[in-house]
This record gives sequence, structure tokens and C-alpha cells, in this order.
Amino acid sequence: MIESHAATPEIHGHPALQHHFENMEQQREAGTLGMWIFLVTEIMFFGGMFLAYTLYRNLFPAGFVLASNHLDITLGAVNTGVLILSSFTMAMAVYFTQTGKLRPQVWCLVLTLILGLTFLGIKAVEYHEKYTDRLIPGRIIPGAHFGPDPHAFHLQAGAPELAQIEMFYWIYFAMTGMHALHMVIGAGLLTYLIIFSLKRRFDPEYHSPVEVIGLYWHFVDIVWIFLFPLLYLLGRHLGGH
Amino acid sequence: MKPIESFELPSPSKVNYLNAVYGLKSWLLTKDHKRIALLYLGSITFFFFIGGIYALMIRLELLTPSGDFLESTTYNKVFTQHGIIMIFFFLIPSIPATLGNFLIPMMIGAKDLAFPRINLLSWYVYLAGGIITIYALLAGGVDTGWTFYTPFSTTFSNSYVVATGLGIFINGFSSILTGLNFIVTIHTMRAPGMTWFRMPLFCWSHYATSLIMILGTPVIAITVLLLAFERVSGVGIFNPKLGGDPVLFQHMFWFYSHPAVYIMVLPGMGVISELIANFSRKNIFGYSFVAFSSIAIAVFGFLVWGHHMFVTPQSVYAGMIFSFLSFAVAIPSAIKVFNWTATLYKSSISYDTPMLYALGFIGLFTIGGMTGLFLASLATDVHLSDTYFVVAHFHYIMVGGALMAYLGGLHYWWPKMTGRMYPEGWGRFGALVVFVGFNLTFLPQFIAGYIGMPRRYHAYPPEFQVYNVLSTAGASILGFGMLIPAVYFVWSMRYGKHAEANPWHLPGLEWRTQSPPPTENFEQTPIVTWDAYEFAPPEETEVVGKFHGEVERAS
Ligand code: HEM
Ligand SMILES: [Cu+2]
Repeated sequence: MIESHAATPEIHGHPALQHHFENMEQQREAGTLGMWIFLVTEIMFFGGMFLAYTLYRNLFPAGFVLASNHLDITLGAVNTGVLILSSFTMAMAVYFTQTGKLRPQVWCLVLTLILGLTFLGIKAVEYHEKYTDRLIPGRIIPGAHFGPDPHAFHLQAGAPELAQIEMFYWIYFAMTGMHALHMVIGAGLLTYLIIFSLKRRFDPEYHSPVEVIGLYWHFVDIVWIFLFPLLYLLGRHLGGH
Repeated sequence: MKPIESFELPSPSKVNYLNAVYGLKSWLLTKDHKRIALLYLGSITFFFFIGGIYALMIRLELLTPSGDFLESTTYNKVFTQHGIIMIFFFLIPSIPATLGNFLIPMMIGAKDLAFPRINLLSWYVYLAGGIITIYALLAGGVDTGWTFYTPFSTTFSNSYVVATGLGIFINGFSSILTGLNFIVTIHTMRAPGMTWFRMPLFCWSHYATSLIMILGTPVIAITVLLLAFERVSGVGIFNPKLGGDPVLFQHMFWFYSHPAVYIMVLPGMGVISELIANFSRKNIFGYSFVAFSSIAIAVFGFLVWGHHMFVTPQSVYAGMIFSFLSFAVAIPSAIKVFNWTATLYKSSISYDTPMLYALGFIGLFTIGGMTGLFLASLATDVHLSDTYFVVAHFHYIMVGGALMAYLGGLHYWWPKMTGRMYPEGWGRFGALVVFVGFNLTFLPQFIAGYIGMPRRYHAYPPEFQVYNVLSTAGASILGFGMLIPAVYFVWSMRYGKHAEANPWHLPGLEWRTQSPPPTENFEQTPIVTWDAYEFAPPEETEVVGKFHGEVERAS
């Protein structure tokens, strides 16, 4: 609309160069820096929840161990592997874009997307297990208030640890839920990348969207790398089940 | 270097960013930072008006000791909504989203911000947050105080906490996007020759503000989100039923909200640096000190939040450390005040309207900052906390400081933004009325608070009435004073004298293009060979400007 009367003719005319940048290099630099700064805001965002986790884990070590041991460590570990693999395929996608290899690039993006969806699927299975065990805290879900069978945790009914277990699951759902939301957004971004790659929008001179979304993807993976041990592995060395 | 006289001003052209394209759609879909700035200007003015109505209701209620005008529950809602609207929807976006948006690209010689689409998105996000909040207010309002303290907000309040929280949560992202855009722009979009130390101090202070926006705002976002979920689910991390700690909320809230007070005042400090240097026609005293003091404020501002919690069960040792750090964080602010004053010394000051606001800022901000030190002292704070002294303290900084700076900046850049002059005589008159009204409103509140009048009650013992009558009278004058610029600004858009490219005869880059600027700001990308505020004859500047000749990224 407004760009219409930019007086100077484009001398270095890559079609993806936006009018307010001098050249592709400047545009790429801005995009990458922008994503890094966005990731800093993400760290602060998750930081609030990590703070709550740290505080209550220190206050309630026993209840947290009991609650953590009830998580499905196999599914959690598989999911960790899935995400690490997806980070690898994402990195390869960036590499193939930079070197201009369209076919493998698209394949890597598709693989990354599939792995991401696999993660979400496994997560859904886990969530459902928690739902059937009535471990969803509070009264978020009508008709399914928090109320697990105390014996599943080797506790008597009314034991004080039950409140601590509920606290653990509150934090568990807040953190993994927020993480899953980021995965969903990431899956959307990957779909966008796949479509635009098929339309041949990216080339060795213009690949910053792939790179920048790659950064985002790695970040979301790294969050999980922290979440997995913090949530799943509490007190395992003490011989939990 | 080029003396200002010989710098050729562009030939006046009829085409500028305002008339290059027409129609509602050209505004609602614009990616031009200057148009987005005007969109923000319109919307924050709207919210300022709403916040002002609530202020009026507060002052009317407090005119008499008995609670006769508003019921206590209504009064709780009124001061809460006053605070929420003024802080989140007016003051935080005010200078950055309007003046900053308009000027940062122009001051560094860029065609636009780095991410024009994100800039537009930030305005829509702001609007969405605003609309949700207004919905909450109309549906029944919220009565928790702008601080949302738990467990009242999570469990006991019967008002629209979740909707308001959602509005604030969403609005936070507009702040994050603006901050992100500014940082990337300042890093990557400077014109050839525009080194970091040639940037106007306005850019430095916005850089510092942006740092706080990106580091602090996500924390309030997650805090409000957790609070909303806790209200919905009935349990959560702030809930004692699960062994949670309600004071954790205060920590997380103030971890953002103390830095947020600097989000509100740092951009104002940037405006004042511009005004003081330019209207005394002198290079600012100690440029790099003023520049780095902004960064210091941004960093140390994150370490003092506990001074809002001296009367909670916070450990005394933590209290002592927070008290000490609060004193320390006052130092960079004081550096600025001293440097502005030193700039005035032996300079040729012109008392135009923007400068009147700037001088007002220096005095009022100093009072606000100094009373902050009273509150930062552990023992005195126990006496003063939750009294009108606190209310007066932060209004001296937020209204006497930030708002004055905003008004000063708006006058100063009005010719550039609209291409029209405002009426100078009315301008000065308005500035004086605002100054007098402001002091009459808030000075008595220091006294009332000091002798024990608590904040946030709709009724009070009769011995406090005299201060409240004075305050309400002052508020009427202040309100009237604000209407003066409101009227003549609107008037000047149509009838004001046409502004030249450089009506104040200043060296800054934004004055070296036509008024109003063309869509791409400059006809050609400028090449910068001078320092900000380079008024002195060239021989002298060689000595002063130690960053001279340093040319960076002349790509
Ligand atoms: C620079 C801009 C500043 C702004 C915008 C500002 C704003 C505020 C606000 C809004 C509050 C009230 C919070 C509430 O209880 O609702 C407040 C309280 C306080 N301010 Fe400031 N402040 C500023 C500077 C300072 C400085 C420089 C200090 C001290 C070095 C300071 C110390 C305090 C303290 C200790 C309180 C807590 C009072 C209490 O409730 O017990 N402030 N300030
Ligand atoms: Cu504070």
C-alpha cells in the first residue's frame, strides 16, 4: 500500500528483500536477533514456573518424590528421544536450505513435523492416564475433581502428602501444558515452512525463516530436556518403581 | 562535520506519510511506524480519558470524610480500574508506543522499525487486551487493586478478575513486541555513521526500557496466567490449601512491577534529555553517563522488588538487602538529574512549552525519587506503607514525571508529527496550569499520608478533610489544565500554522527531513558525521566529541 512511492529503484533485488532493509544481510541479521530476543522472553516466561517448582520441591521433597514416581517414565523417556531426534532433523533442514538442496530439506521438515506430532500424541496418552487416575488438580475438569486413590501412592486416606501431590501435579500440568502449547505452535510454523519450501521460496540467499523457526524449535526441545529430569526422575535413585 | 546552517533541508514536498495514501484501510493495515504511532496516540488518549474519569470519581468521593458518593465496594472497583487503565493501558505504552515508535527510526536514520508487521500486530494486541479489559469493567468491574494480591484475587473477590487478568496478559504481549522491535532496530538499522554514541539519548533510554519490557513482561504474563488458572481451578501455587504461599504472588508480581515503574519513567527521562539539551542549545553534560545510567537503571531495577514487601513476612535480612539496593538504584536517576542541571548551567535557555514541561519534570521527579528513599528505609516504611504518602510518591513520578515528559515531548515533536504548530501562548499557559494543579493535588497527600491517612478507603476521619479538599481542588485544576492541550492539539491539526522542516533549528536527524516526513522518512539514507546535540562551533566539538570520526557499519 504505502510502499508504492519508494523513489529509488531496487538495485539488489532479491524478491524477499523488504523495502526498509538495505540488503539481505541486514534483513537476516535483524530476523535472527529478533528470534533470540524472543527466546529470552520465553526463558523469563517459563522462569516463573521454574521458580514455583524450585520453591515447592524444596518445601515438599517427600510428596514430590511420590508424585513424580507415579509419572510414566518410559513414555517420558521415549518422548525425550523423539524430541532430540526432531532437533537433529530440524538442524539438517536448516543445513539443506543453506546449501540449496530442496528435496532433502522438505523431507527433513516433514520428519520434524511428524516427530513433533508423535511427541504430542504420546503426551496426550499420558494426560489421559492422569485423567483416569483422577490426578488433574482442583476442579478444572467438571466432574473429575482431584482425588486419586491414596493407596496408589502407598498413603492412607487424608495423608498430608496428598496436598503436596496435588501441588506437584498442578505444576506438572502448568509446565508440560505450556510446553505442549509451544509444540503446537511449532507444528503450525513447520507446516508453514513446508508449504513455502514446496513453493520454492527459500534458497541459499534467503533462508532466515527456516533458520529462525529452527531456533524456536530447538528452544522448545531444550525446555523439555529440563522438564524431563525435573518432573520424571525425582528420587529414582532411591528405588522408586 | 557539517554545521547546521549549511545542512540542506529537503525541498518542501506535498507528499508525506499522512497523505501518501488515503482511506480507513490504509490506516488499519499500515506498516508505517509513523502511522502506527498515531494509531497508538489515539487509543492511549482514549484510555487516558477513561482513567481520568475514574480519578475524578475518586477525588469526588474523598471530598468529604463520610463515604457518601460511592459505596465501599464501588469505590474499591473505581480505584482498581483507575490504576489498571492508567498503568497498563496508558502510561506503559504512552511514550514508547507513540513518540518512540515515531522517532526511533527517524533518529537513527532508518526507513522503519526492523519488523513493521510486528509493530502493527502490537497495536492490535494492545487493542484486544484493551477491549477485553473494558468488557470486564462493563460487566461488573474488578476490585482487587491493580496489584491483584492473593488470596483475595484468587479466592475471595467476587469481581471479574479472570477477564481483567486476561486483558492484562494479552496487553503484555504488545509491550514485549514493541521492546523486541526497538532493540533489534537499534542494533541493526542505524544509518551509516550513526554510532552508538552518536545516538540521541532518547534512543538509549528506549533501549533500556525495551530491555525491561522483554525481561520483565513475560514474568507478569505467567504470573497473571497462573493466578487466573488458580481462580478457575480452585487450587494452585499461591493457595495455602496445597501448602502454597500467597506471598509468592507478591514476589512474582513486583519482580515485574518494580521494573515496570522504570518502563514508565525511563522513556520520559529520554524525552527530558532531548528537551534539556536542545532548548538550552548545548551538548548534554556527560553524555555517556546519562546513556549508561539508563542501562544501570534497567539492570538494577530488577534487584529491588522486595521494597514493596517490607511489611510482609519477608525475612529481615532480605529486607535490609532490598533497602540497600533501593538506595543504590536511586544513584543512576540522580546522575541524570545532576547532568540535566549541569547542562542548563551557562546555557542559552528558551522557555518554550516543551522546556516548561521539562523543567517541571526535573523538580517533580526529584521530589518523587527522594520520597522513594523514605519508603525504601525499613523503619520509616512501616509507618508510611499503605498510606497516602505512597500514593503521593508514585504520582509525583508517574504524573509529575512521566506524564509531564510525555506532554513535553508531544509538544516538541508535534510539528514533525502533524506538520502543524500548536499555539505557543496557550501551550505555556496550559503547562503552568498543569504544574500548579498537579502540586495542589498531590502535595497535600504527602502530609495526609504522613500523619496517617490510609490509602484505598472510601471514608476517613474528619481531621484529614482539609488535605483532601485541597487535593480535590487541585485535581479540578489539573483536569482543566489537561483539557487545554487536548483542545488546541485538535484545533491545530486543522488550523495551526504550517510547520517548517526544522522549526526549533536543531541538529537532530529527525529535523533534517520535511514536516511531516515522507513515508520512507528520508529522501536518501543519511550519512551521519556529527554527534547528537552538536551545537558548539566545530573547533570545540573536536575536543568534546571523543567519538568523532568513528564510522561503523557503513554498509
Ligand atoms: C522512578 C520511578 C518510580 C516510580 C514510577 C515508582 C512507583 C511506585 C509505585 C507505583 C509504588 C506503589 C506500589 C503499591 O503499593 O501499589 C511505589 C512504591 C514504592 N516506591 Fe516507588 N517509584 C519510583 C521510584 C522509586 C525509587 C527511586 C524508590 C527508592 C529508591 C522507590 C521506592 C518505593 C518504595 C519503597 C515503595 C513501597 C511503598 C510501600 O507500599 O510500602 N520508588 N513506587
Ligand atoms: Cu518499587
